[in-house]
Amino acid sequence: MKSSAISWTWFHKLGSPKWFYSISGRMLPWLAIAAILLIGIGVVWGLAFAPQDYQQGNSFRIIYIHVPAAMLAQSCYVMLAVAGVVGLVWKMKIADVALQCAAPIGAWMTAVALVTGAIWGKPTWGSWWVWDARLTSMLILLFLYFGLIALSHAISNRESAAKACAVLAIVGVINIPIIKYSVEWWNTLHQGATFTLTEKPAMPAEMWLPLLLTVLGFYCFFGAVLLLRMRLEVLKREARASWVKEEVLNSLGREMAR
Amino acid sequence: MSFTSFSDFLAMGHHGLYVWSAYGICLLVLAFNVAAPVRAKRRYLQEQARRLRRENKP
Repeated sequence: MKSSAISWTWFHKLGSPKWFYSISGRMLPWLAIAAILLIGIGVVWGLAFAPQDYQQGNSFRIIYIHVPAAMLAQSCYVMLAVAGVVGLVWKMKIADVALQCAAPIGAWMTAVALVTGAIWGKPTWGSWWVWDARLTSMLILLFLYFGLIALSHAISNRESAAKACAVLAIVGVINIPIIKYSVEWWNTLHQGATFTLTEKPAMPAEMWLPLLLTVLGFYCFFGAVLLLRMRLEVLKREARASWVKEEVLNSLGREMAR
Repeated sequence: MSFTSFSDFLAMGHHGLYVWSAYGICLLVLAFNVAAPVRAKRRYLQEQARRLRRENKP
C-alpha cells in the first residue's frame, strides 16, 4: 500500500544519524529554554508561594523536585526498553545511541529521587530509610541502571554490547509496574501518586500547579541533556562519514574563532 | 507569598536544613548533567584538532 509506505518514512529517517543530528540541533535550544523557564517558575512558585502542608509543614516543598525526579527516572527506563526493542527488531543504530546516552541520566535521576526522598522522610516519618516496597523497588531501579552502564562498558564489541543492553533493558522494565503499584499492593509509609489520569489531585491547585511545571521542566531538561549526549556519541560513532568530518571542522573553526 | 519575611523563608519552619539540602543536591546533579556532555564535546574536539594537526604535517 502506498499510503502506509509514505507514513513510515519518518521512522526510517530517524535511523539516519545525519538527519538526527540536524533535527536535534534545531530542537535543543527550545528544549533548553523550556526547561529553564518551567523549572525556574515551578521551583520559585513551589518554594515561596505555595501554601504549606497542614500536616507536614514546609518539608513537603521537597515534592517539587522529588516527584519530577522519580517520574523521570521511571519514564527514562521505559524509554530504554522501547529503544531496546527498536534496536533489536529494526536494527536501528540510533536506538543504541539513545539507550547508552539515557542510562546515566536515568541513574542520576533515580539517585536524586532516593536522596531527596530520604531527606523528606527524616522529618516526616522520623527515619532516613525504611525497607518499604516503594523505596526498595526504586533502589532496584538504580541497580538496574548501574547494571546497564556496567554491561555496556564490559563488552568491547559495540554490536554485542548493544544487544545485551537491549535485552537487560527489556527484562528490567518489569520493575516499573512494581514501583508504580507498590504503594497499593503492600502496606507502605509512602504516600500515593499525586497525579493520576482519571482523578483530580487531592491537593489544591496552588500546590499541584507548580509541581506540574517542574515535572514538565524535568522532562524538557532530560530531552535537552539526552540530545547533547547523543549528538556527541553520533559524531564519535560516525567519525568516518564525510558529513561528520565537515561538522567537526566547522565546530573546530567556531572554537578557534572564540 | 506564604512567608512573612526572608529569614522566615530560609528557616522553612524548622525544616530549612532538609528543604535546602534537598534542593542543593538536586541543583548540583542537574548542573553536573549539563556540564558533563558539554565538557566531553570540548575534549573530543580538542582531540580531533590535535589529530588533524598531526596528520597534516608532512
